[in-house]
Amino acid sequence: MDLSYGPEYDVFRDEVRTFIQDNLDNQPKPGAGPQSEEVRQWQAKLIENGFHSRTIPTEYGGYGAEPDIIQSRIIAEEFGAAQMNTGFSGQGISMLTPVLLEMGTEAQKQQFIKKTIHGELIWCQGYSEPGAGSDLASLTTRAELDGDEWVINGQKIWTSTAHISDWIFCLVRTEPEAPKHQGISFLLFEMNTPGIDVRPLVDMTGTANFNEVFFTDVRVPKDQIVGQRGQGWQVANAILGHERGSLAPPDAAMSRLNGVVKLMQQETISGERVIDNPIFRDRLLKLQGRVMAMQYNDMRLLSAKINKSQDTKLAGMVVKLIGTELRHEIECLGIDVMGEIGLSYGDNPYLRGNGSWQYQYMYFLGLIIGGGTSQIQKNIISERGLGMPKEPKIAQAGV
Amino acid sequence: MEFGLSEEQKLLQDSLTRFLGEQVPLDHIRAVAAGDRKDTTAWSGLSELGIPGLIIPESLGGVGLGMLDAVVVAEALGYHITPGPFLSSAIIAPTILMAAGQTDRLADIAAGHYRIGVALSEAIGSRLDAGISVANGTATGKALFALDAEADGYLINGPDNSVYWVNCEDSGLSRKLLTTIDKTRTICELQLDQAAAHLISEDPECLQAGVDAGRVIQAADSLGAAQCMLDQAVAYSMQREQFNRVIASFQAVKHMCAEMASQLEPCRSLVWYAGHAMATASDDARVTACHAKAHLSEVAQFVARTSTEVHGGMGFTDLVGLHYWFKRIGANRQLLGSPELVRNEAAKAQNLVA
Repeated sequence: MDLSYGPEYDVFRDEVRTFIQDNLDNQPKPGAGPQSEEVRQWQAKLIENGFHSRTIPTEYGGYGAEPDIIQSRIIAEEFGAAQMNTGFSGQGISMLTPVLLEMGTEAQKQQFIKKTIHGELIWCQGYSEPGAGSDLASLTTRAELDGDEWVINGQKIWTSTAHISDWIFCLVRTEPEAPKHQGISFLLFEMNTPGIDVRPLVDMTGTANFNEVFFTDVRVPKDQIVGQRGQGWQVANAILGHERGSLAPPDAAMSRLNGVVKLMQQETISGERVIDNPIFRDRLLKLQGRVMAMQYNDMRLLSAKINKSQDTKLAGMVVKLIGTELRHEIECLGIDVMGEIGLSYGDNPYLRGNGSWQYQYMYFLGLIIGGGTSQIQKNIISERGLGMPKEPKIAQAGV
Repeated sequence: MEFGLSEEQKLLQDSLTRFLGEQVPLDHIRAVAAGDRKDTTAWSGLSELGIPGLIIPESLGGVGLGMLDAVVVAEALGYHITPGPFLSSAIIAPTILMAAGQTDRLADIAAGHYRIGVALSEAIGSRLDAGISVANGTATGKALFALDAEADGYLINGPDNSVYWVNCEDSGLSRKLLTTIDKTRTICELQLDQAAAHLISEDPECLQAGVDAGRVIQAADSLGAAQCMLDQAVAYSMQREQFNRVIASFQAVKHMCAEMASQLEPCRSLVWYAGHAMATASDDARVTACHAKAHLSEVAQFVARTSTEVHGGMGFTDLVGLHYWFKRIGANRQLLGSPELVRNEAAKAQNLVA
């Protein structure tokens, strides 16, 4: 066990700190729009200095560094500690770019990666459908080849940022006769193509975090496909795995838990600070122990990325399941600490933390469901982690 | 940067697991539990491997390993619910003696010639007004739930969390076995009537160091025991058939196993870190020790009951012997402080208690 990053990284950390010190006043002002010039310039500066898109090759607009997990971790730590703007995020950067690097054609890499990481192209992800949630591979949005164009008909749901996106990466059924996992293709197309209708989907938080997207005879050039026809499922799976762990990072959970501590020190019940109430305090401490376990689990996973001989398969599989449930409970304690004040929302004058406790409490219930429900996670853990068999398939209905 | 076990630690784990697999089969546990066999059979084998002197420096006759190594050992011992006084004689007592600089008997302890118990329950939370007073070098009073009824002597907490050493040869000390649910380790009551008491330390930090170390080791023991219960549940579900299929193919059963695994797997990292923090005297060592103990108490309890449920009626019987693990985990939960008490100590250590 050696938890130091080693002296060679001290120099790197100093470089990151120097950049942060020198640029504290250059980062975009809070509230600057994603299309504003200052945000674009900041993004370019981050990439130029290797603090964004660090390992993406220079020919595709990245910084071109060799992958180094610890350097990436140090950047995240230092930017986090200084609450420094970390630049653009989103599904185009976190999910599509890695896929294009691995499976895209040279022309696709040239066309999309540089613009995506510079925030010039915003992407949404078209996976889930009303009839294809946990059983995603049963999706029915169809694309049929007509000359040099795909013609797409169907509907997607839970599509984050669809209303502001320039492009979509989308799973469609192109081989209706093939077994369901082998009949899907991964297409890329512009959101302003005729026949696309985006409708916001207001959720329990009162916000439209997602959209429904309808396709009616949407015509897309034939070559806008990643991988071969029928390979879309493999492409999608590669990036879904990438999404899951990142939905509930333990460091963010600890930061929220520390927020609960502050709340408990400030809020009083009949003159007594909540932190001095042993029942509330025990709930807090119970959660603290659980978050700590997830933080060290995370360190073990980080270490395993460097030292490939460590077996952390199960440790990685549990992060989404435990992390989202845990976060939901932390936000719940934040609300319980406030009692009736915890009901406050919107313009209520007693609102605490801009309503983030209530918002996150509801939002994390969404994340328990989204990105593969807790029940699907348990299937994966039991089958791939513990080697238990799949449930036998039942005969087709009507047979 | 490496968060994990070293090659040496993995070797230690593997060789110990092989040894325990041969030396501590379920039949041995049954014989010890029935009182037909002393726990010394396994313990003397472990003594030959140097386990009693695991964390005692080589210069003082021990093996000279650290707390993370001890965690690795404890996890293996817990997996096999190994009878014996590892927690008291190899961990808590040596830690206190080393912290106090009282090292002259450590060589005997390391060699397994002197088996030392601990009577510290009153330092953590006295029940039934138990406790001892000390005057003129002698101790009088009562200590409940002392660890190890077979010990040659005890470290016992005196007033203000001081620590004294009493010997079983002393006529002022009498001992009574207390029957508990967990038969893999023995627990007793000590009655002292002007028993000669040798002062080890008046510094409460010495006692606390022993308690901290003991808590980390108990967490590791519960981790191992719970892992074994999970493994048994998965294995049983793969061979037990109902409705013409193995019950492991039912989602209800799979989800129970997945819940156990997903609660337990992060515990491994927490316990490893707690051992590492103690080995490196990190600032967060006490808080982490408390959390490891309390969290593993909760998770192992969940695993203990869920694994039993996966076994169905058989889990409830004596036939599969699963209950020995259930009871070991139950004992670990209460010894050295129940989860609520230990979490409160974690809160105090972070200045969260007014």
